[in-house]
Amino acid sequence: MRVGLMVPCYVDMFYPEVGIATVELLEKLKVDFEYPYDQTCCGQPMANSGCYEEAKATEELFIQLFHDYDYIVAPSGSCTHHIRNKFSAAAATPEREAVSKKMLDLVEFLHDVLKVDKFPWASFPHKVALHTSCSAIRGLGMASMSELVHQKSFSKPKSLLERVDGVQFVEFERPDECCGFGGTFSATEEAVAAKIGYDKLAYIDAQHPDCIVSSDMSCLMHLQGCARRMKQEKRFLHVAEILNGASL
Amino acid sequence: MKIVDQAANALSFVEDKVHESHFDRIIWMLRTRRDQAAREVPEWEELRELASQIKEHTLSRLGDYLEEFEASATKRGVHVHWARDAHEHNEILYSILADHQVKNLIKSKSMLTEECDTRPYLQRRSITVTETDLGERIQQLADEPPAHIVGPAWQKTNEDIAELFAKNYGADPNNTDAAYLAGQMRRNTRPLMEHGDAGMTGANFAVAESGAIVTVTNEGNADISANAPKLRICSVGIEKVIPKNEHLAVFIRLLTRSATGERITQYTSHFLAPRKGGEMHVILVDNGRSERLGMDNFWHSLKCIRCAACMNTCPVYRRSGGLSYGSTYMGPIGIIMMPTFDVRRYSELPFSSTLNGSCTNVCPVKINIHDQIYAWREVMEEKNQIKFVKKEAMIVADKILSNPHLYRIAATAGETALSALPRFALYNTLNAWGRHRELPHPVKQTFHEWYKENRPVQDGKEK
Amino acid sequence: MGTREQILGAVRTSQRKFVQLPEIPNFAEDPQNLSEKFESALKRLAGVVVHDPPKDFDQFLRKTFPAAKTICSTAPEVQGNTRVEDIGEWSSAGKIDVTIVRSPLGVAETGSVLLSEDELLVNTIGFLAHDIVILLDPKVIVPDIHAAYRHPHFRDKAYAVLMSGPSGSADIGGKTVHPAQGVMTLTVIYWPHNKQN
Repeated sequence: MRVGLMVPCYVDMFYPEVGIATVELLEKLKVDFEYPYDQTCCGQPMANSGCYEEAKATEELFIQLFHDYDYIVAPSGSCTHHIRNKFSAAAATPEREAVSKKMLDLVEFLHDVLKVDKFPWASFPHKVALHTSCSAIRGLGMASMSELVHQKSFSKPKSLLERVDGVQFVEFERPDECCGFGGTFSATEEAVAAKIGYDKLAYIDAQHPDCIVSSDMSCLMHLQGCARRMKQEKRFLHVAEILNGASL
Repeated sequence: MKIVDQAANALSFVEDKVHESHFDRIIWMLRTRRDQAAREVPEWEELRELASQIKEHTLSRLGDYLEEFEASATKRGVHVHWARDAHEHNEILYSILADHQVKNLIKSKSMLTEECDTRPYLQRRSITVTETDLGERIQQLADEPPAHIVGPAWQKTNEDIAELFAKNYGADPNNTDAAYLAGQMRRNTRPLMEHGDAGMTGANFAVAESGAIVTVTNEGNADISANAPKLRICSVGIEKVIPKNEHLAVFIRLLTRSATGERITQYTSHFLAPRKGGEMHVILVDNGRSERLGMDNFWHSLKCIRCAACMNTCPVYRRSGGLSYGSTYMGPIGIIMMPTFDVRRYSELPFSSTLNGSCTNVCPVKINIHDQIYAWREVMEEKNQIKFVKKEAMIVADKILSNPHLYRIAATAGETALSALPRFALYNTLNAWGRHRELPHPVKQTFHEWYKENRPVQDGKEK
Repeated sequence: MGTREQILGAVRTSQRKFVQLPEIPNFAEDPQNLSEKFESALKRLAGVVVHDPPKDFDQFLRKTFPAAKTICSTAPEVQGNTRVEDIGEWSSAGKIDVTIVRSPLGVAETGSVLLSEDELLVNTIGFLAHDIVILLDPKVIVPDIHAAYRHPHFRDKAYAVLMSGPSGSADIGGKTVHPAQGVMTLTVIYWPHNKQN
């Protein structure tokens, strides 16, 4: 099994520790993976603005670099959802189709493919507020959706975190309401995006967690920006960091 | 006509802490109630699927069903008219009213008449129009359009309404009790309802087999409007047709639960023929619907049964307020429908979304709302040059992100990274991010740089 | 070409690929305890259920509606003091204090009762009156809305309403309040058909 690792552009630039944790975790799990050094981005910023022409070359680069792997893994629900479900700027080729089919979020890879049942090197005796992105929940089906009231409750990121010694979860109101980031939305409709973020932080805060965790750094980047503006000191961690053995 | 700047309108609303928090709280409560109601119905998902298929089937044979409806209704003495657009609708309506020397028209809620701007049209022709739905009446008194299609006045606090009723009805401005206020409305509007020369309603459904018009209200104001006067007109969009009563049952079970969480409204009313001694007219209205039917990516929005569940769950709608969209239909369904009425005026609406997808999950007829929002973005970008999508930035982004070497130069640690990402990913200056949030901190080393230093870079992969 | 032909033409030009009309399954509703379910559903919408025909109906009216003067009944079991034939203009039915009618169908799922011009005679007595009392034989309560729509009234009555509780509105603040434009209270009396008092 050959795995191609994708590290999203914003993780590359702002949260390299998440990429590092992912690399170290995959190594601990003895996964045979490669990091195609020439990778850049999935093209979502352009496509989300309706600029498909401008997304085309970036998508093609991604396809060229990744189409030969058995799995493509990224610590990002947002990029994974885009590549799996919305890759349409590049020409429709067998390679493009292959890339979409093989694209997995890191959580999906660990939960569904490797079926990891323990993380013996990790201990995290803290209260965690787990936020799962809309891309991960509704785009990838990584957790049950509160709207689908008859769906049996499940969460893949939670199942993985539960296998880390000491992790406790807090339940907060409006658990799967969007964080407000929405990619381009947070720039074009900044005030509303921030308000949605402030509200989410307030609901989380009411349960007094020690940190806020997600499998999507884009949401956390947004929430962190909101928290800092409100002069709140909060810890934000990616799921990969905890599974890799990070401490608070 | 001016392009609606939903983001600017939303900014004012977000800054109005009283109304924003009031609105978000009430509207989210409806989403919660909807969830509870759905939980009580084990076959809920099956009903959604049936409703979706019934609508798609009907739309795939819409011509036949419209003809069947017309024949059934006509057989029972209903006058059926056809209007191609808002203007023709208003003209037909006015000519019916003028023929009967109508001076006072009582009206129950109809979003179609909002679409057609009917009230001002009639008022300019000296016909007094009294909205009988409490929410519509409040908005009428405030000279505002509806802020929500089910509860038009939900953006107003009880204090706002008390002030409005004090001004218009002489009510006690300090009594903000909802029951008191509703009682004031009853006291003032009942006499108008009992003396209307004609009554006008919309329709939630039109049943082809029986020719029935179906209205769904809590107050019974459609029933009063249709039965108290002798003359009754009903406006209905052509997409409201459904085949038979057995299909109606599916929608009735889904509609109110999706809208407010109750199992049913107080009055679910079916009108097959004029009342005794009365006359009934139905105006079938196209107003862009037949054209929308031909749009491969957008025709599914015609399935809409106007429950507003999508609005209730939408985090953007609840923080922006319903008036921010400047449109008859707001929130998620508004975003995908309004461009079909005016592709330029509503060209920015598809960007008023985080694409979170909750709307699609709550839609009782399974419209793929968030997919359509996404699809509209490409259409708008091609047609309209969206002001905040900086084409130059996109072109730069394209160049940088498709070139590994250029990307790694742009995305180096420190200040450069900070200025590089926002420019191609966020399309505005750094200030946009910084207005309400702190910027991400610059890092000592990007992941690329760490990887190069700490892990072997494969031959042929390094550049 | 007239508008009618234009619209039908446009609709047929835009015609989508045919989608099969689905069969509506029989959602095998439990036929047990229908009168209890009906009562519970109606209570949620602020309706009132009386379990047995009052022995002295006049006393019941005086107790339940002490201020009522004008009573109009179209139910054979009960006499009012105003004949529906004497109402005149339908818009004047607001002068009625209490309307009494019999309903041919109740719906357990929603607490709804069916009324049409057959039962109301003058439709407006059903919603312009101050209060309404509905006689309902528990035997005609059906489990759900699917069952309800099989009733022939929906095929041939000029007006048929599923009435569920008294008129209310949630337009102020999102919580339902009564009063609204229609009746102030709605009372259902479980009254077997053909049982005189």
